[in-house]
Amino acid sequence: MFSPATWTSNSSVPLRIAALVKRFGQVTAVDGITLELRSGECLGLLGPNGAGKSTLIRSIVGRVIADAGTISVFGAPADSMAARSALGWIPQELALYPRLSCRENLQSFGRYHGMGGAALGQAVERCLGWATLTDRAGELVKNLSGGMKRRLNMAAGLIHQPKLVLMDEPTVGVDPQSRNNIFEMIEKLHSEGMSLIYTTHYMEEAERLCDRVAIVDHGKIIALGTNAELVRNAFGSRSQVLARFAGADDRVAAWVKERGGHAVDGSAQFTIEHPTEIGGLLEAAAKAGFELVDVSLRKPNLESVFLHLTGRELRD
Amino acid sequence: MMISSIVRTAIVSLRRDSGALALSFILPVVFFSIFAVIFGGRRDSTPKIKVIVVDEDQSRASERLLQGLKQEGSLVVKTRPEPVKGAEQPEYTATTAETAVKEGAAPVAVIVPRGFGENPIAFGPADASRPTIQLLEDSSDMVAPQMIAGLLQKVAMTSMPDLMAEQGSKYFDQFAGGLTQEQRKRLNDGIRYLRERQESGAGAADSGSGGGIVAVKARAVVGENKNNPMVSFYAAAIGVMFLLFTASGAAGALLDEAESGTLDRVLSSRVTMTSLMLGKLTYNSLLAFSQLVVMFLWGWAVFKLDFWSHIPGFIVMGVCTAVAVAAFGLLLASICHTRAQLGALSTLIILVMSSIGGSMFPRFLMPESMQKAGLFTINAWAIDGFTKVFWRDEPISHLWPQVLVLLCIAISLFAIARQVARRWEYA
Repeated sequence: MFSPATWTSNSSVPLRIAALVKRFGQVTAVDGITLELRSGECLGLLGPNGAGKSTLIRSIVGRVIADAGTISVFGAPADSMAARSALGWIPQELALYPRLSCRENLQSFGRYHGMGGAALGQAVERCLGWATLTDRAGELVKNLSGGMKRRLNMAAGLIHQPKLVLMDEPTVGVDPQSRNNIFEMIEKLHSEGMSLIYTTHYMEEAERLCDRVAIVDHGKIIALGTNAELVRNAFGSRSQVLARFAGADDRVAAWVKERGGHAVDGSAQFTIEHPTEIGGLLEAAAKAGFELVDVSLRKPNLESVFLHLTGRELRD
Repeated sequence: MMISSIVRTAIVSLRRDSGALALSFILPVVFFSIFAVIFGGRRDSTPKIKVIVVDEDQSRASERLLQGLKQEGSLVVKTRPEPVKGAEQPEYTATTAETAVKEGAAPVAVIVPRGFGENPIAFGPADASRPTIQLLEDSSDMVAPQMIAGLLQKVAMTSMPDLMAEQGSKYFDQFAGGLTQEQRKRLNDGIRYLRERQESGAGAADSGSGGGIVAVKARAVVGENKNNPMVSFYAAAIGVMFLLFTASGAAGALLDEAESGTLDRVLSSRVTMTSLMLGKLTYNSLLAFSQLVVMFLWGWAVFKLDFWSHIPGFIVMGVCTAVAVAAFGLLLASICHTRAQLGALSTLIILVMSSIGGSMFPRFLMPESMQKAGLFTINAWAIDGFTKVFWRDEPISHLWPQVLVLLCIAISLFAIARQVARRWEYA
């Protein structure tokens, strides 16, 4: 459906980033990132707000000039015309013309990419269909719901049939139903072989959509791999115990820290080698005078990996 | 307590809103100063009226009249055009003086006809056979021609009392049977005394009164066939001011697009910043030109402005003005960071430019220094151009100074705006 437009390239690697550095005054937003995207892959950039994900994306689309390092898009330097044609960028903001209709917005962005005539008409209809907005094609953007605007925002990034799509937190401020629609749209793209980079600070989104995940913190990639690889590298075969105690948060937090665990959202989180260790933990809590509310055992996830690597929660 | 809290909050907000502060305190002071200067707050800079004098008679009487006019402090008397490249130009003739008034070199020309000196002044009813001074006037200036007409009478009284006495004696001879030899001798002595006194300069500053003693016939050489003289002036004057407001508002779309992220998305496509800004310039120019068309069509439909016979000149001036104001708007939008800033800054600059540049008050009535300051505004050049087209019926080739200046303004402002817009290009 989204067969990328033909254009000359001298590399089959969609994206190659080497030792990229970008500073804003005293703040180093991107600190020596090296990364390679495989063809047809969906790579997630997972990290908290301010980790440097958006700066990295904006560097790739040529909107930010790096202080050091290189970026090549199918072998072409970032910001070259070849790179611009190959890239589809879906920014975090609703970058649309509010007083234009859905169709007019898509036509405008298509023309900005040099499209015209029947090819543009077909691309507009295809994008409207992908975003399930065909029946709202004539509606002004300012009158659309938040979810519809998000879908149109995504469609506008694909109008010129790019080979590599960069999605910068496309589900920000979207209700669960619309979020699900957006996931389905992305999964459809992915199944058609599109190479994708997807930034998010929602662990569930990265787990559901991405083949590989790069965990980004303070402008650096601190871990990179598949979901399973990241968990295995951080936890091996260990499991996690989550326990909630009634009252006395500060005392609980101090006790959890003393036992080598993390206090997360009022819960105590411990990593254990074997489920039999749970008994010992609960006994110690009881001795310390804490009243147990509930306890559960789970396999570690990306959130656990981030917490394990940084000592902080993803949404901090 | 509650009221003081509300007041405190409002004061803090105002203090941090530099645009609102400027509008509240700087703009009124600037406006006050501009109008104080225009309306004679500074007497030393009251505008002098330019008057062209053509002395066809070359008699003693006409020479006296000319000298008298030259000694009037409120007049600048020109008998020949300004030197061109250092070369002195020939004196004005009746024809060249009329052309000069039509072209706006002076609002009035005084033509002293041949034979004036033989019978310079007259008491009593007008005599059709007597040579009459012609006053060629630009009727867009409602003050200067009347002032000159009055001053001519005054100068006749003060600059040639001997001729007046001589003429008086002739009237006496004609209507009262003449003087005795003794009376004639005394009168001649008196006239000689007056002549000597006049020639020594002692009588020039004397004030006199009276009216109609020199025969003057006024004729409008500019605007004589106009249905509604000032409409074309105000269509241009008000039009340009609102064009400036519209252009800065339209250019503000850049700020909206930058804020919403649309600008980033556009610049990540094949569109470059230069082509984007050229696109905005073209659109804003078309918008401004359309506004001018609407304004002048309204002037034609409602105020009988002669629009259709001036189409080529209108297009030339309209296009140049539209491009200049569009570039001006783009520059303001590039400098500002928010819509609020743009609103405040554009109001401040446009109102000041419009007051100095003649959109609110005709420039020819302003002091000399203010008229010169007006040349730094788009308004002045645009209004001058439209006035040439609609008021003076000048050919398109005469519009070159206005066209050149407006296009230079447009190119310069656009170049600066493009440079300032680099901040949107990359981070």
